Amino acid sequence: MSSTRPLLSVKDLSVSFATEDGTVRAVDGVSYTLAPREILAIVGESGSGKSVTVMTLMGLTRGVNARFGGSAVFGSTDLLTASEEELRRVRGNEIAMIFQDPMTSLDPVYKIGDQIIEQIQAHESVSKAQARDRTIKLLDEVGIPRARERVDAYPHELSGGMRQRVMIAMALSCDPSILIADEPTTALDVTIQAQILERIKQLRDATDTAVIIVTHDLGVVADIADRIVVMYAGRIVEQGTVDEIFYDPQHPYTWGLLGSITRLDRERPRRLPSIPGAPPSLLDPPKGCHFRPRCPHEFDRCIEVPPLAAHLPDVPGHLDRCWLSVDDKRRRREVADGQIGLPQPEEAPA
Amino acid sequence: MVRFIIRRVIGMIAVLFAISVITFAIFNVIPNGDPALRLAGHSATPATVAAIRRQWGFDKPIYVQYARTMERIFNGSLISYTTQTNVDNEIRHDIWPTMSLAIGAALIWMFFAICLGMYSALRAGKISDRFLTILALIGISMPVFWVGALLSYYLGFKAGIFPNGGYTKLTSNPVQWAWHLILPWFALSILFIGVYSRLVRSSILDTINEDFVRTARAKGLGQRRVLIRHVLRNSLIPVISLWGLDFGAIIGGGAIVTESVFNLGGVGQYAANSIQSLDVPPVLALTIFIAFFVVLFNTIVDITYAWLDPRIRLS
Amino acid sequence: MATEPAAALRPDETGFEAVAEREHAVGVGPWKLAGRRLRRNKVAIGFGILFLVLVAMAFAAPIWADDVAHTNDTTNHLTETLQEGKKQVLVVSYSGIPAGPQWFAAGGKFFLGADDNGRDVMVRLLYGARTSLEIGIAASIITTVLAVIVALLAGYLGGVTDTVLSRAMDIIWAFPVVILGVALGTALSIGGLKLGPITIQSGSLVIPILIIGFVYVVYMARPLRGQVLSLREKEFVEAARAQGMGSIRIMFTEILPNLASTIVVFFPLAIANAILLEAYLSFLGAGVQAPTPSWGEMISEGIDRITTAPHLTIVPGLMLVLTVLALNIFGEGVRDALDPRAKVRIGDNA
Repeated sequence: MSSTRPLLSVKDLSVSFATEDGTVRAVDGVSYTLAPREILAIVGESGSGKSVTVMTLMGLTRGVNARFGGSAVFGSTDLLTASEEELRRVRGNEIAMIFQDPMTSLDPVYKIGDQIIEQIQAHESVSKAQARDRTIKLLDEVGIPRARERVDAYPHELSGGMRQRVMIAMALSCDPSILIADEPTTALDVTIQAQILERIKQLRDATDTAVIIVTHDLGVVADIADRIVVMYAGRIVEQGTVDEIFYDPQHPYTWGLLGSITRLDRERPRRLPSIPGAPPSLLDPPKGCHFRPRCPHEFDRCIEVPPLAAHLPDVPGHLDRCWLSVDDKRRRREVADGQIGLPQPEEAPA
Repeated sequence: MVRFIIRRVIGMIAVLFAISVITFAIFNVIPNGDPALRLAGHSATPATVAAIRRQWGFDKPIYVQYARTMERIFNGSLISYTTQTNVDNEIRHDIWPTMSLAIGAALIWMFFAICLGMYSALRAGKISDRFLTILALIGISMPVFWVGALLSYYLGFKAGIFPNGGYTKLTSNPVQWAWHLILPWFALSILFIGVYSRLVRSSILDTINEDFVRTARAKGLGQRRVLIRHVLRNSLIPVISLWGLDFGAIIGGGAIVTESVFNLGGVGQYAANSIQSLDVPPVLALTIFIAFFVVLFNTIVDITYAWLDPRIRLS
Repeated sequence: MATEPAAALRPDETGFEAVAEREHAVGVGPWKLAGRRLRRNKVAIGFGILFLVLVAMAFAAPIWADDVAHTNDTTNHLTETLQEGKKQVLVVSYSGIPAGPQWFAAGGKFFLGADDNGRDVMVRLLYGARTSLEIGIAASIITTVLAVIVALLAGYLGGVTDTVLSRAMDIIWAFPVVILGVALGTALSIGGLKLGPITIQSGSLVIPILIIGFVYVVYMARPLRGQVLSLREKEFVEAARAQGMGSIRIMFTEILPNLASTIVVFFPLAIANAILLEAYLSFLGAGVQAPTPSWGEMISEGIDRITTAPHLTIVPGLMLVLTVLALNIFGEGVRDALDPRAKVRIGDNA
């Protein structure tokens, strides 16, 4: 896998926004790569910078108040410095994106078929009839019944799950090499969620498209991801394969995420475990490790920013940003037998 | 759809009825407005006044008077108290200047409002935007008759470029027709361009942040296409609705001051004069006239909205 | 490499408050925030001050009249003469042309010249300012009070009350403001108003105040009613009802405060509109009657004589436009300060 040249290579990406209250450092030195056919999951809370990271790849965060650093090389183009026209040719064509809320992501005044045809004709010179045929086929492939009729439907005539499928069909219409899915299932029912994720996996298998899936839910990624990047407050705190992250997590934040997944195969906890506290303000982030104020295991070294590095001798791809020794980590992450998580605060005395 | 229209028509009739009653009431409960006295003229004897009163039915109870007047409005035989002319004919004659004013102004102001509003929205926050906003606010702050009077004086009377008021029929001389209307169009438009350019601007700013616009960009569509096909198309929907309402109001004679200042002889001017001379028949007829157009355009706008926005069609 | 974390987990330090304190997060109420934002808007503040200056000038009308111009707003000096340079000039020439602005040549008399009735324009202007502002402010207060009451009753009580009030509003809405105002104005200004024991003379300012106040109620009540409707469904209202609060109390203690920001935004705009409507009505003879000056009345008289003395139209018009503009710009500033969604504000140094 690592012998093939990466499709996308993000190095030290930083994104900040100037606001009336100061500079917000939404993304702070993020690096990762994406190989063809790989499903990469970027996991984090709201405000972690995960959405900003991927939207920046598409140039959707460009604006008067935005400042960028680092590089994001796709093929031979650096997406951060590419011109609007170069980016336009990449968007929807080689890198496509689907968004969180399918209810509002489609233009309400145009038929769904026309919206997909519009995208096809923006990148390829095909006739309207050809584009329409392709659209019908796409709708069929994503699992929309009676595609031939539905192609003339308006967005409000479809349910949320259906609309999300339309978004997927639209995104794949020009055979992109990368599909970015920003919280594709957050706004959907759990049952539909599973179907959508399954569909994404199938499409990857059929078309060789690489997928970046952004989510706050580790449970979602357990099934389909190959590699995981865990972000917190603008930085990557841990990075590795699915197995590495789930079976040998190295960062307390990851432990917290894992611990908060409700599991059917374990004893029901008295209280829903959560990560105590709240994400820090990105206007004035804490010194050193961003997770320090919420970390139950923090100690005096944490005032210094831990570098993202591999601490396990045989696993060079598994990186984390924590000063604790590997032994310490393995000891501290178990809160109950076999269960990984963060120690929860004691119940308040009656 | 048919049921919708029927319901609307019934509502319309109810509103018009209520309006006519209110107007009639307003003008008949004021003292000093005795029409018989005015009809009789200055040197009338009490006998003449009484005779007129009987002839016109002013001695009958209010509701009978109302019913009679309404009847005459609809069979076209309504006569004005002051000028003795047939109200119906007068309205039919006066509607042409009003329509010319309304249609011309509506097109002009909409065109400029969209251009300026779009320009402002795309440069939101920059100096040009702030400048245009202040210009728009100035437009809103100036009384139309003041602007009109000054334009008429400086460009009409003094400079002689434009005629000093009045109206020429389109059919008799198109060039003069337009020439006479340019200043009134402009005066009326200044106000509406101010209002509408800000509406357009805020509607565009709202729409530009919608998710589907982000999707359109993510699809790789060019700036212009995103702007026109997706942003403009959606943001103009509420604006067009309001435009229909204002247009309807002007056609019904709402541009009372513009018509008066430029002496266009339209329905609005007729209304102003009639109100000032407390001439109840034309006032009643005109009030119903204007209310009719307002309500009519209300309905047209609702239907248009449904046509423009597929989400509304279902309901 | 590893150092033991110094402290064990302390329960109280994982609370939100502690984190907030550590991160120096300060809570600021929405009004204070708005005040701050408004203060940053130099243009709006400037025009707000301009408005206050104009109000002060109006207040100073009697001072100017008595001590500077030595006349009042209705006395005409048709047959008097002025010193213009070396010549003696008639206040109003034989051909009916009034004297132009004297500025301070005559010690402040006829500062802005005379009108063709021989009256001092400056004095009239200041008294006219008084009239117009009195009418404007009083009318807007009436509009606001009535609109709030109507909106609360219709929106909160619903049912028959709402239907009746809404239908009434629809009917008034169908009347264009000017025609309704003119109709009422003409009708009432000729004969005065007799409401049972209360009689209002025809020349009184109360009549235009009432008419203008009444006419605009619908324009304010409708959006307020909409807000009441949505506030009615909020949880705190439900909670108040559950506590057993009566409808009237809920309307005034729970819902009304939430309407405050809308009302605050509307109020300057209401004054601006009232001043404009007064001008329109006076122009059509249905507002302030001669010889009482108001800006509208002065413009109206001026237009009749525009060919001989255009300044009689220009001067009061400019004052009116300036005042209305100041209110509009200030109102915009208030709206931008209170509306967190506003993207741009006039006068911001962004």
